[in-house]
Amino acid sequence: MGAGHAHRLYVPGASPVHRLPPQCKIVAVLAFVLAVVATPRERVWAFAAYAVLLGAVAVVARVPVRLVLRRVVIEAPFVAFAFLLPFVADGPRVAVLGLHLSENGLWGAWNILAKGTLGVVASLLLAATTEPRVLLLGVERLRMPRLITQIAAFMLRYVDVVTAELQRMRVARAARGFRARDARATRVLARSLGALFLRSYERGERVHLAMLSRGYSGQMPVLADVGATRAQWTAAAALPLAAALVAAAAWIVA
Amino acid sequence: MGVHVPDGFIDAPVSAGAGVVAVAGVALALRGARRELDDRTAPLAGLTAAFVFAAQMLNFPVAAGTSGHLLGGTLAAILVGPWTGVLCVSVVLLVQGLLFADGGLTALGVNIINMAFVTVLVGYGLFRLLLRVLPRTRAAAAGAAFAGAVVSVPAAAVVFTGIYALGGTTDVSIGKVAAAMIGVHVLIGIGEALITALTVSSVLAVRPDLVYGARGLAKPLELRPEPATV
Repeated sequence: MGAGHAHRLYVPGASPVHRLPPQCKIVAVLAFVLAVVATPRERVWAFAAYAVLLGAVAVVARVPVRLVLRRVVIEAPFVAFAFLLPFVADGPRVAVLGLHLSENGLWGAWNILAKGTLGVVASLLLAATTEPRVLLLGVERLRMPRLITQIAAFMLRYVDVVTAELQRMRVARAARGFRARDARATRVLARSLGALFLRSYERGERVHLAMLSRGYSGQMPVLADVGATRAQWTAAAALPLAAALVAAAAWIVA
Repeated sequence: MGVHVPDGFIDAPVSAGAGVVAVAGVALALRGARRELDDRTAPLAGLTAAFVFAAQMLNFPVAAGTSGHLLGGTLAAILVGPWTGVLCVSVVLLVQGLLFADGGLTALGVNIINMAFVTVLVGYGLFRLLLRVLPRTRAAAAGAAFAGAVVSVPAAAVVFTGIYALGGTTDVSIGKVAAAMIGVHVLIGIGEALITALTVSSVLAVRPDLVYGARGLAKPLELRPEPATV
């Protein structure tokens, strides 16, 4: 239980991006993604500019591009949806490679792919340069209620424990010759899930008692505070400001 | 297949509006969860959130080689109470968006409304309604859980379609989106319902006191003094 919880997305480092306070980075990423989402989809050059901006951040943060690309597949289900769009969308049709595709649908697919991918990459860079625990501190700094961040902290703290338990159950099932073939397997899987819930909840009860015995009164002690200076806010604002310029240009320039 | 909406799917004003609604709803859930769990809220809701997170990784076969995974809104609400359930699923979504880049940050409001509010409201609401009319047995509770979960997933799809009608970024007709979304989610809903019902049933068999939604079901312990023999 005391094992280190090095996060899969987090890339340890001491780059300028790593050193920025988490709340600055969260606001920057959110503002950046909002600018991307608000950009008209026909301005293809604007999305190229956004990609360059993110690339610059990745270079400064020394995050391997390979890692980012590997994680982008997380949006795969929506990519599939995007590829369906040109076939089902309404409006005038154009011929592409002998297929009659909806022009609107093509733009729609491009819109989702471009904005979705930029959003994922921005979030990935945030997660890659900020430790999960610190990220939660940043969220708390942004006036998120303490209780929410506490719940999230407990979840993060124990998610590996609970997942490992699920994994052990999987191994135990496999050792007994179980393979999920069809819907009849659901009964077995649900039993595991029921047991997993009981173990998680009872662990929660034990954790609570252990905390009470250490003087817990509903508040978690603040161990490290992460204040941000004006210079740090300014540095973090570079990305969203550049993105806002691009978005403004995209709206003005035809 | 989870419905983690990415950035760019819903336009900026509607995403922002959904964010405001989500913040208000989560604030309400925070107050409610304190009533359900008092000072045990943080550790118990945290561990339940970890459970929901892990449960979403468990793939179950749906049909013809495709698999689905649990959304878990109805299940969490039945097990730990509706407010805590909303809170747990919302925290899972927040962590997935912030730490795993799963689901767009600007779409977080939309995702919370769909997967936390709607599934809990519809799934848990129907579950409680059915419990009132059904006999007080474990099988009935499992049946009610099935009904709640099976309706909750398409309901989330319906609400998603509504949000899409307000702020969708493509020109697919609402009818087509509704048909596709609801069609797929009826199938996912059946898987969700099966696993929710069986999980609730298996927890009821072992620790009926831990199933918040069916607390009235457990018979109170009674004292049966030995009849005096002398």
